[in-house]
Parts: sequence; C-alpha cells; structure tokens
Amino acid sequence: MTPALTGSDWGGVFAQFLMLSLLSIGGAIGTAPEMHRYLVEQHHWLTNEQFSASIAIGQAAPGPNLLFIAVLGWGIGGFFGMCVTMAGILLPSTTLTLFAARWGEARRTTRGVQAFVMGMAPLTVGLVMSTGFILGKPSYGNPWLLATIVGTVVVCVRTKVSPLWLIAAGGLVGAFLG
Amino acid sequence: MPTPEPTPASADDSAKMPVPDEAPSEMAGATAEDADASRSGPRSILDDESPRSPKSAGEIFRVFTRLALQGFGGVLPIAQRELVERERWLTREQFLELLAVAQVLPGPNVVNLSLMFGDRALGWRGGLAALGGMILAPWCVVMVLTMTYVHYAQHPTVAGALRGMGAVAGGLIFSTGVKLLPALRRNVLGAPIAFALVAAMFVCIALLRVPLFWMLAGLGAAGCALAWRRLKP
Repeated sequence: MTPALTGSDWGGVFAQFLMLSLLSIGGAIGTAPEMHRYLVEQHHWLTNEQFSASIAIGQAAPGPNLLFIAVLGWGIGGFFGMCVTMAGILLPSTTLTLFAARWGEARRTTRGVQAFVMGMAPLTVGLVMSTGFILGKPSYGNPWLLATIVGTVVVCVRTKVSPLWLIAAGGLVGAFLG
Repeated sequence: MPTPEPTPASADDSAKMPVPDEAPSEMAGATAEDADASRSGPRSILDDESPRSPKSAGEIFRVFTRLALQGFGGVLPIAQRELVERERWLTREQFLELLAVAQVLPGPNVVNLSLMFGDRALGWRGGLAALGGMILAPWCVVMVLTMTYVHYAQHPTVAGALRGMGAVAGGLIFSTGVKLLPALRRNVLGAPIAFALVAAMFVCIALLRVPLFWMLAGLGAAGCALAWRRLKP
C-alpha cells in the first residue's frame, strides 16, 4: 500500500510541509486542503478515502489534532514518512514560536499585529470550512454517509455533545451502511 | 470568559482573537512588562502571580502528557483545566495571554502554548519538555491506531467504519467553521467584507483548489491591508 517515493519526492514532501507549517495560521487543520491538493490530487500518493480516514484517526485519538499529519505521513511512507511530515510541520512553527513569542506578546495590541489577526480571521474560517467540505468527499455518493455529515453539522452547531460520541456514532453508521 | 468547546481546538480559538475593545491598554502595559521581566529571568512571570511553578522539566513533561492524553477532540479545554485549576501553574489571565500570542503565530495553538509555557517556566528545556509531553504519548497512540487501521483496512466493516468516522470528522470541522462565523461580526473589516472573504476562500480552496500560498499572499494581504486602514487611530 505504500507508494514508492524517490529521494526527490521526499525532499518535495519535506519542503511542502515546512512551508505549510508557516502558513498554518489558526491551526494545523487549516492546512489540510493544501495537503489534500498536494498528496491526493497532484501526486496520487493517497486516495480520497485514505486521506479522510487519516484525519478521522487523528480526530479519534487523544492529543493535538495536528497528529493527523503523522497518519498522513505513515500513509505515504510508513514510519519514515511519519517522521518527515511531522518534522516538516513542527520545525518552522516551533522555532518561530520560541523566538517570536516575546516579541509578538509585547506587540499584541499594536496596530500591525491587530491588522494581521483581523485580516486573516475570515480566511481562517473559510479554510476550516473548506477542510470539512474536502473531508466529506468520499461520502457524497452514499446517502447514509451524506446524512451523517449533515446530522453531525446540525448536532455540533446546536448542542455541546462531545465529538467523541459523534465519531463513534459515525463509525457505527459506516460499519453497517457505509 | 472563553467557553472552549470540544471542537478541534486550534481552529476553534481563532474566534476569540483579541479585538481592540477587549484588549485594554493596561493589559498591553502588563504584557510589555512581563516580556521585559522574562528577559532577566525566565521564571519571573510565573513567580509573580501564579500560586505554583513547575519544579522540573520532568514534572512539566508528566503534566503535559497527562493533559494531552485526556484531550479527545481538542486539548485546549483540558489544558485550561489542568494548568489553571488543577496545577495552578497559570492564572486564568496568564493562560489567556499565552493563548492570544499562540494564535497569532503559525502552528497549532496548543503546541505553541505548551512551548511558550515551558520556555517561560524553565527555559528551552522546559519548552522541549512541554512540547514532548504534548506530542509524544498521543503520537504513540495514533501510531498504534494507524497500524491497526492499515492491517484491517481491507476488511469491509473496518473500511466502512472509517468512512463513517471520516464523514463525521468532516462534519465536525465544517461545524467549527460555522460556529466561528458569528465572531466575524466583531471584525474591524465589517461583517459584509469578512463574510465575502470567507466565501471567496471557500470557493477558491474547496472548489477551485487554488494553492493556499496564493490565497494567503493575495486575499490575506488584502484583508490585512484593509484591516490596517480601518484600525487607523
């Protein structure tokens, strides 16, 4: 199941994730559409289904949701792939955080930082919604799964039910009707 | 007060971005002082107000491992409970300050927050301990889950279950975006422009598949420039 990636492929993957790390304003999940474009549509290293399953595993497990990136890495190249994608996504943002935190904190209320935060906020929201839409792709052909997506959105927006229960329910629906 | 919701933490928080009317000037003064103080000694901000301080990198690692492993569907609410209420390593205000900075920087909020907390408490060793605690144990869990999935991926029931879970994951993330929409009314860009930017982003990224970089460089820069003009003092 592991596609054979060449050395230059891996270089490209690493570079891609390094760049995405710096673009991940508002969280790692916002970079999922770009990862999907790169890994699924451009290079066909993962299928739509594998991509959505990776995010589902990342969401079902405890811990920061950026771990879906480890699962994506595993999908394209096992343990090595996992280390490449995780190192790529973590190194730039953590380094930047270490050095820029005090600088940014002191200027948090300045016009420049405020303009950046305010100007980027709508894009973050659009990105998050795009991510959800793209993750639904493997399900759009199946009425039960489509209903699951719509149901999830309704329940999640209207109530405070823990996502874990919804994921478990989705697993049940999928196991019998997916 | 934030009521962190059990949605993917990183995306959820961008709703609570600092708005001018919520960021009084004395707060800015305090943060600047803290930043100055922390240059002379990394522990200062924690010693000042919070009842307790972490004693060792090992202790930081243990606490962050514990809180990360409890965080199903978002670590942020757990982080707040553990760090503020249980360990009392941070006051609620300090936690919010850290979060505000963590949001401005690229990278997952909880990861940035851990790193900054550990760094302030015990320098880079503390930062590494917090980051490691936040990531390593959940990473192992994810690895086991992935290997299990790969092993049974061909099994129709397992494949179906994962499809169902994937559908829910998609719905959950989409909902997070929907829940963030009302927060944009407070955006200095004004609701019509902010919502137009959301729509443009959705069409270009989800439907047209324009590379993210160009969207951030184009639309993002335009949004920031407009916000900059509207924020004119």
